[in-house]
Amino acid sequence: MDISFQQVGYSYAVGTPFEKRALYDVNGSIASGSYTAIIGHTGSGKSTLLLHLNGLLKPTDGVVRVGDVNITSHTKSKELKTIRKQVGIVFQFPEHQLFEETVEKDIMFGPMNFGVPAEEARTRAHELIKLLGLPEDVAKKSPFDLSGGQMRRVAIAGVLAFQPSILILDEPTAGLDPRGRKEIMELFYTLHKEQNLTTILVTHSMEDAAQYADNILVMHEGRSVLSGTPEEVFSNADKLSEYRLGLPRTVAFQRDIEKLFGKSIGRLALTEDQLAIAVSQALKEEGER
Amino acid sequence: MLEKMIFGRYVPGNSFVHKLDPRSKLLFVFLFIIAVFLANNTITYALLLAFTVLVILIARIRFYFLFNGLKPILFLVVFTLLMHFIFTKEGALLFEWKFIKIYEEGIRQGIYISIRFLVLVLMTTVLTLTTSPISITDGMETLLNPFKKLKLPVHELALMMSISLRFIPTLMDETDKILKAQLARGSDLTSGTIKQRIHAVVPLLVPLFVSAFKRAEDLAIAMEVRGYRGGEGRTRYRQLAWKNRDTFVIFLFAFLVAVLFWLRGGN
Repeated sequence: MDISFQQVGYSYAVGTPFEKRALYDVNGSIASGSYTAIIGHTGSGKSTLLLHLNGLLKPTDGVVRVGDVNITSHTKSKELKTIRKQVGIVFQFPEHQLFEETVEKDIMFGPMNFGVPAEEARTRAHELIKLLGLPEDVAKKSPFDLSGGQMRRVAIAGVLAFQPSILILDEPTAGLDPRGRKEIMELFYTLHKEQNLTTILVTHSMEDAAQYADNILVMHEGRSVLSGTPEEVFSNADKLSEYRLGLPRTVAFQRDIEKLFGKSIGRLALTEDQLAIAVSQALKEEGER
Repeated sequence: MLEKMIFGRYVPGNSFVHKLDPRSKLLFVFLFIIAVFLANNTITYALLLAFTVLVILIARIRFYFLFNGLKPILFLVVFTLLMHFIFTKEGALLFEWKFIKIYEEGIRQGIYISIRFLVLVLMTTVLTLTTSPISITDGMETLLNPFKKLKLPVHELALMMSISLRFIPTLMDETDKILKAQLARGSDLTSGTIKQRIHAVVPLLVPLFVSAFKRAEDLAIAMEVRGYRGGEGRTRYRQLAWKNRDTFVIFLFAFLVAVLFWLRGGN
């Protein structure tokens, strides 16, 4: 499903002294089946923007279009349930949403709400437990007896269980150890490819954005200020630093090398592998001269 | 979604009411609550209402904001009003439709009680809106100090109060977050039978309790780590200062009570 924003604006707490504008005139579109990263400094409005994607917030101005449903300030809550089934959100620290007696039941909560029969929901729960690399016997345990990392996986399974076609990830790996981070990010990428999901990743990690995303949307002070492929966005180092964002480590390293050699060493290296190849090639050329 | 709730919230400002010492405000509100029960006829109730409105004006709080924030409580006020309309059976019969009979006294009592209720809620809300939780607790602690002689753990009580006040907004935000997460998982709080709706609250309450207990534990550890040992020998960074305007407030209250006594109908 395609997603588009047209002049989306949003204010919190309209009509109170706490009224605060969070989004101004956000425009953009996200193609079906693409992997989009939304990056921005703390408070840039990226989390607010993603809450619009399944109608948890309705825009104060403008239109958010998800598939063929338009969400405006007048959209009724009842019309949103069909969208919510299509759009799964993994919130920051999703383990805070666990509540059931057993892991199995908690994973089944989402699908059951959307009308999936209990038997099928249970089957899905067991598949997801395996997919997320959790031990089999976890199904009958209380989610509160698990370790932090395991709770995170159970919560993610709870979102994947209703098989959304748009998957929104709000810093899904915050607070995990580096290995857990990598595993979870790889898992999301595999799912994205295998099930042809439309994935939206909100992140502080330039590395994750560079490595996984097809497109990047940069938010700054409630506006969408820059968008394009990772190459386009990360070749704009000056602009990014203006938005208080850095470069991925690989790109920063490449820039340092280029300064040292006094020349460009080819395309922007978005992954460590690309960087290694580019650097070794540059070294070879240097040696031949 | 819960951002409109204002009960127990503090809005910084610079009005006369904001600048008052928390002790005079607390004392005033406490005595005012008692004084409200002095009113017993139309003019005294009107006076109370007018006085409250005046205080809100002086505190420069927007009525729209108050109204929105107190909606859940206004519902209770309306409920009380209707109960009185229907169940008080005194005075002249004014209106009859099938089994519903409305009497003159019912209307009068209903309006009086609603005003009483409204005035109490408004006045306490003005107090919390214009006084930071820390000032309220400081004021409370100083006002209760004499009771230390009776072995009342005043400092501990004040601390408990400031902690609970401090965590109201935090818990609100938390509720909002969990609510959003469960809504995103297809939970539905606004439709279905009453039984279904009660069931739909469980996914909200369980995570909230879990996180509240975790927070309490973290807080206790953080306090212990920093060597907190209760009120003995503690000094204050913020000193309370009683000014002329605070004395004025107390005189204003005495004047209000005098007028209430004067206008009050004799029994």
